[in-house]
Amino acid sequence: MSEAALPSSIKIAPPPAELEREPLVRNQRGIGWLSDQVAAIMEGKTPTWWWMAFVPSFGFMSLLGAMLIYQISVGVGVWGNNHPVMWGWDIINFVWWIGIGHAGTLISAILFLLRQKWRTAVNRAAEAMTIFAVMCAGIYPALHVGRVWFDWWLFPIPNSNGPVWPQFRSPLMWDVFAVSTYFTVSALFWYVGLIPDLAVMRDRAKTTIRKFLYGLFALGWTGSNRHWSNYEKAYLILAGLSTPLVLSVHSIVSLDFAVSQLPGWHTTIFPPYFVAGAIFSGFGMVLTLLVPLRKICKLEDVITMRHIDVMCKVTLATGSIVGYAYGMEFFIAWYSGSPYERFAFINRAIGPYAWGYWIMIGCNVLVPQLFWWKAIRRNVWIVFILSILVNIGMWFERFVIIVISLHREFLPSNWSYFKPTWVDICTFLGTFGLFFTMFLLFLRFLPMIAISEVKGVTPQADPHHPLGGAKEGGHH
Amino acid sequence: MTSSARAYGILAEYDTPADIMHAAEKVRDAGFRRWDVFTPFPIHGMDQAMGIKNSRVGWFSFVGGATGYTLGMLMIWFTNAIDYPLIVGGKPMFSPHAAFPPSYELTILLGAFGALFGMLFLNKLPRLYHPLLKHRRFALATHDKYFLVIETADPKYSESDIRQLLECSGCKRVEMVEE
Repeated sequence: MSEAALPSSIKIAPPPAELEREPLVRNQRGIGWLSDQVAAIMEGKTPTWWWMAFVPSFGFMSLLGAMLIYQISVGVGVWGNNHPVMWGWDIINFVWWIGIGHAGTLISAILFLLRQKWRTAVNRAAEAMTIFAVMCAGIYPALHVGRVWFDWWLFPIPNSNGPVWPQFRSPLMWDVFAVSTYFTVSALFWYVGLIPDLAVMRDRAKTTIRKFLYGLFALGWTGSNRHWSNYEKAYLILAGLSTPLVLSVHSIVSLDFAVSQLPGWHTTIFPPYFVAGAIFSGFGMVLTLLVPLRKICKLEDVITMRHIDVMCKVTLATGSIVGYAYGMEFFIAWYSGSPYERFAFINRAIGPYAWGYWIMIGCNVLVPQLFWWKAIRRNVWIVFILSILVNIGMWFERFVIIVISLHREFLPSNWSYFKPTWVDICTFLGTFGLFFTMFLLFLRFLPMIAISEVKGVTPQADPHHPLGGAKEGGHH
Repeated sequence: MTSSARAYGILAEYDTPADIMHAAEKVRDAGFRRWDVFTPFPIHGMDQAMGIKNSRVGWFSFVGGATGYTLGMLMIWFTNAIDYPLIVGGKPMFSPHAAFPPSYELTILLGAFGALFGMLFLNKLPRLYHPLLKHRRFALATHDKYFLVIETADPKYSESDIRQLLECSGCKRVEMVEE
């Protein structure tokens, strides 16, 4: 509007070079280059690095299978859970894995609504991470009930046990609905995003089987603009629905704790604090995965240092929220005047598990503060190491909340010291096997970058940009 | 070619988003109805250039979400207050507060299914056969080229007029596509 109104002799000067933002795709890579580069990961011979990662991952996944069979056949007693710590590694790992998933939904949904165009380079891999992390998480609640063959009692299925139904006042029931909805909607959102890219793969396919399978799952996508119009609306709605969903899932997970009467759990700060922690840990995992992948898959022009930089800033922001929550928990424990509440928190800091508490503080509060420095955000090695520390810290946060709160309850006769068994440890290692097996299969068979979305944010895609074909003095 | 091959439409190929957008504006203004633009990514502003109205996917999602919420509330009311009344902590048999979280999740679940299936329904997908998908150059529509198709089924269809319109819209290639 404004440009058309100006006389043609007046030109708007571009901003000075130092104010110019780094481009989202470096080196002015064209639209065709993007499909070629991303599809190259799925085409050609399977690279050696892939096998080197896949074989151990598959081995650990088999270990998971063995541990689950052992646990089901012998009983839940093979885990270290015992009075008074009745929730141990099962729930720690459940909350940890499901929290990791949250960054994927934040990137795919919330950043979409906020029009953060940089998300396009990382959202596909982050969404895949979400789905696989939720799969790992789901194993634990399904198994920790002890008798897995009764898991169907969790769902309101008409049954022959008289009219017996789930009890919907329990946050544990809410969790069933929250987590299963989260998994389903994340998978739908991921698939909707994949449809145009599956069509890219179909149109490039050389072998019959690839043509058939990519063609089948692309649903006959042609890139019609009449289709894009409905597609973009559906995508926007899915983003709009996933946003309250992701905020509700970890809030409901936190209610599993907060609704109980236990000091250390019975806290109103839990829902927002859990959501921030989940996003914090999820960004840690996204960085852990993408920092090496952008190098291995030669995608440094798509996942640029600007992307790494921005994700470090999100990690810093959410890490600071988590640090604030830790401080506020202590303040409220003192301010409440409840001696049990005060004891629970002092016990965290100086009790028998103080080592766990201080690992948590170190990794979650101090480590992310290093991201204030640009030199650190722009050093991939340091970012990679810090992102792993963030994941460790967030695992210990769940350990602190669950084990430290449970191990010394109201009566000293109920005090004990929780130790995991070898089955706990092997099951947890096994979930990494499952996660990485799924992730590697994803890398090899599906586009790890949202090709059509990244194309859409390049200057070549903008009909009003000279690179997109706009002529000077055109009527737009 | 056999005589049974009928023409599906005229396909024009463009190199840049700006070119195809200007072409779309011309085709829109010429009053065609059965035509479409095929691009590797959604081009911002193309809906206006083609004269497409706002998508109706939202209604499908809304109906899905409303169904989810109602179903959730009714299910919890029926199971915990009617079919097998369950006293928990002396509270009322049914209260909307405790029933809210599962109903909220069901709202999102069915709303998301509504958005997906609404989109597929409006786009008439899955459609695994399409005349364009057979065309030699059309595979580039998902790569880096931009296509415009006017179907023979259009009431204003006239091969010579359309060729003239498309050729002066800056396109390099105009071809016939068979059914």
